[in-house]
Amino acid sequence: MTSPQPRIGVLRFPGTCDDRDALWALAALDAEAIFVWHTETRLPDLDAVVLPGGFSYGDYLRCGAIARFAPALEAVAAFAAEGGLVLGICNGFQILCEAGLLPGVLRRNESLSFVCRDVPLVVERTDTPFTSRCDEGERLTIPVKHGEGCWFADDALYDELEANRQIVLRYAEPVNGSRNDVAGVVNERGNVMGLMPHPEHAVDPLLGSADGALILSSLVEAARDRALAAV
Amino acid sequence: MTQVAPEQPLHRALGLTDEEHGRIHELLGRDPNDFELAVFSLLWSEHCGYKHSALLLKRLPSKGERVLQGPGENAGVIDLGDGEAVAFKVESHNHPSAVEPFQGAATGVGGILRDIVAMGARPIALLDGLRFAEPDHHFDRAVAGIGHYGNSVGVATVGGEAVFDEAYRDNCLVNAMCIGLLPSLRLLDSRARVKGAHVVLYGATTGRDGIGGASVLASAELGEEDTDKRPSVQVGDPFTGKKLIEASLELVEGGLVESLQDCGAAGLASSLAEMARDGAGIDVHLDRVPLRETGMDPWEIMISESQERMVAVVRPQMLEAVRGVCARWELDCTPIGDVSDTGELRAFYDDDLVGTIPASLLTDECPRYEVNREPHTLDDVEPSAHNSSPKAWIYERYDQLVGSRTVRRPGLDAAVLRLRPSLRGLAVSLQGPPPGERDPFRAGVLAVLGAARNVACAGGEPLALTDCLNFGNPEKPAIAWELEQAIEGISRAADALGVPVVSGNVSLYNDTDGRSIPPTPVVGCVGLVPDVRFLPGAWGSGDIVLVATAPGELDLAAEAALVRFVWKAAPVLTLAHDVSDGGLTEALHEAEAYSGLRADVELPKAAPGGQVLLACAPDDVERLGAKGLRRIGVVR
Repeated sequence: MTSPQPRIGVLRFPGTCDDRDALWALAALDAEAIFVWHTETRLPDLDAVVLPGGFSYGDYLRCGAIARFAPALEAVAAFAAEGGLVLGICNGFQILCEAGLLPGVLRRNESLSFVCRDVPLVVERTDTPFTSRCDEGERLTIPVKHGEGCWFADDALYDELEANRQIVLRYAEPVNGSRNDVAGVVNERGNVMGLMPHPEHAVDPLLGSADGALILSSLVEAARDRALAAV
Repeated sequence: MTQVAPEQPLHRALGLTDEEHGRIHELLGRDPNDFELAVFSLLWSEHCGYKHSALLLKRLPSKGERVLQGPGENAGVIDLGDGEAVAFKVESHNHPSAVEPFQGAATGVGGILRDIVAMGARPIALLDGLRFAEPDHHFDRAVAGIGHYGNSVGVATVGGEAVFDEAYRDNCLVNAMCIGLLPSLRLLDSRARVKGAHVVLYGATTGRDGIGGASVLASAELGEEDTDKRPSVQVGDPFTGKKLIEASLELVEGGLVESLQDCGAAGLASSLAEMARDGAGIDVHLDRVPLRETGMDPWEIMISESQERMVAVVRPQMLEAVRGVCARWELDCTPIGDVSDTGELRAFYDDDLVGTIPASLLTDECPRYEVNREPHTLDDVEPSAHNSSPKAWIYERYDQLVGSRTVRRPGLDAAVLRLRPSLRGLAVSLQGPPPGERDPFRAGVLAVLGAARNVACAGGEPLALTDCLNFGNPEKPAIAWELEQAIEGISRAADALGVPVVSGNVSLYNDTDGRSIPPTPVVGCVGLVPDVRFLPGAWGSGDIVLVATAPGELDLAAEAALVRFVWKAAPVLTLAHDVSDGGLTEALHEAEAYSGLRADVELPKAAPGGQVLLACAPDDVERLGAKGLRRIGVVR
């Protein structure tokens, strides 16, 4: 008997674009992935939640500024408060920052242009549920595709995050003007992570890289541990 | 804005000739009222009715074993086998882009997406053909507009072309191609066939956007300019566009609609006429259309080009379910009429009949003109140096990856999209004539061959084509000749390749101050890749570099043989790259840059025929055969 499939919810807002990609990627990594619609006030029984990329509600205001008020996001905040695993990718990261579940803000890229390309990343921390399958200092190649991915924190906040080891991923080269090339952060408790690169677009070597699978399979494994612990 | 002299009859102000006005009278057996005249003027325009191009377009080959839907619908559809089909089409948005490149390009993308959705297909890829004078701010805004729409709706932009030429300074070209997938059994067409079914408008509300050609009506009625009624450029709303795509696919996949139609050029007038053309008939109540502006007249509602709207034919028992899907996607959904069996397109406002026209008069009876054609000589020009500049900054501004299908990304010839979950793929390209080419026949031939070679270089067997014919004013005999020649060129090259042209679009009247753009047929090609694990990509160290050449000049049989050779050899090639406008030297540099490895080669003399740069492992050279193939060096 193999270990059970963890159940991972993929949040869908009107305007979410990478929802199917996230679902396929998680399913390929042996999770039971299901969609959760933005109007849900309660989450189904889940072992983790993924907020995928796209443009929630069109993002005509600041990215994620409307999505933070979605009923499902209140449910996600409650889930996170109980220690549930939450991963926000791109727009999901923006939403989690807007909702105050993650530190910092995401501003327009320094170039003022959208950018889509593979970028090199460095793993800063491996003792998180999202990076346990990576090695410290490991370089990953994962694509970015965003117009507002320039992460920013003021000095006081940045120093605090460094001290708490909340910076998990950094770009190995300048990509969008992010402060100290930050690409992904976790909350203080370590159960909520956001990143601008798209690991769901890097799980199949035919599509360019499989490095994203290290991040998503870390999540699947951590979610499975929680599912087992709950049994 | 067109100034209307008070004594000028309305039909002329609307762009109809006296003969056309007489013909309308004859067909109706009475004088049309202003509402009807406005509808005729749009449906009988070049854009909707192809009146100067339809007879010439008949020359294009459109038949083939795989053709499920040829020209005449929202898009062509080709059978891929295994129960899958691909819908695709290229369309122009040149004139709006010349005025406002960002919104012009954005709404061009929005429009072609809805054409694909109207076929019941999920859009999976976009390509863009851009021709501008130089990579200036205008061009930059067009690129941004394409990204703004394509990125936001979650459809990958995977290719196209960017050509710079002074001749496009006043009339830039923005051609957008979309590719969608559908099960081959689920082919929707736009006709209304179920008497008593509802005609449902869903999506965005209706305003005075894009009331272009008929804007003179406003002036005519008012007698002077009235800024309240001045037509505006269409503005795209990709968020609503995204919801419209998802809702439409949910409606189609749930079997809730009989047919779909995009509400595009000429708005409801065009989509309802298309739906009713096969004798069904439609009664529409324009007072029921949700508006975003006050005081709109019935004719304005009928022809508004407000974006992000679709029309569906829905059986009464499905209406609640359709409302439910639209509500979930937060879209307006309004039954605005019913399918009848009168064959008439009848429009009501507050129960008053405002116009009634037999639908077939609007579509099938549109005048088709034999245009006078005058041969002349056009001298090729030296291509702009901007054409050799790197293009990565363009496609890096587009989401190339959403959908998890992009096996081969933009950068070299065609992109390849995996037909998940199988290992088959689609190779897709969009290309016009080489920069500086001015001869219309050669332009047509070279656009087809270039598009097909690009697909072959990505490992695809070309299956079918779509074309966008960008020309000047066809009422000038010189331009009409150019159009005819280009169509002849496309037709002969397509015949040689054995592939049909299944969809397309004409963009005429690309003139400013009497100057026309050069003949610019832009051709999209879709090809089938048997196994995406074996694609040419980057060459490796020690690989042998070769050149395959089609002998002779425009020897179409030899050109077709070259295309066939390349896609058949593709699984053993490490790299294949079409030698296009810049010649072998530039092709070599591009291959080196793409692969990150230099090659030591001795370049042969330039050849007049098509050429492809190839590389393969030393052990595989013999498998390629020797015909037309020349070994020129080794990768370092």
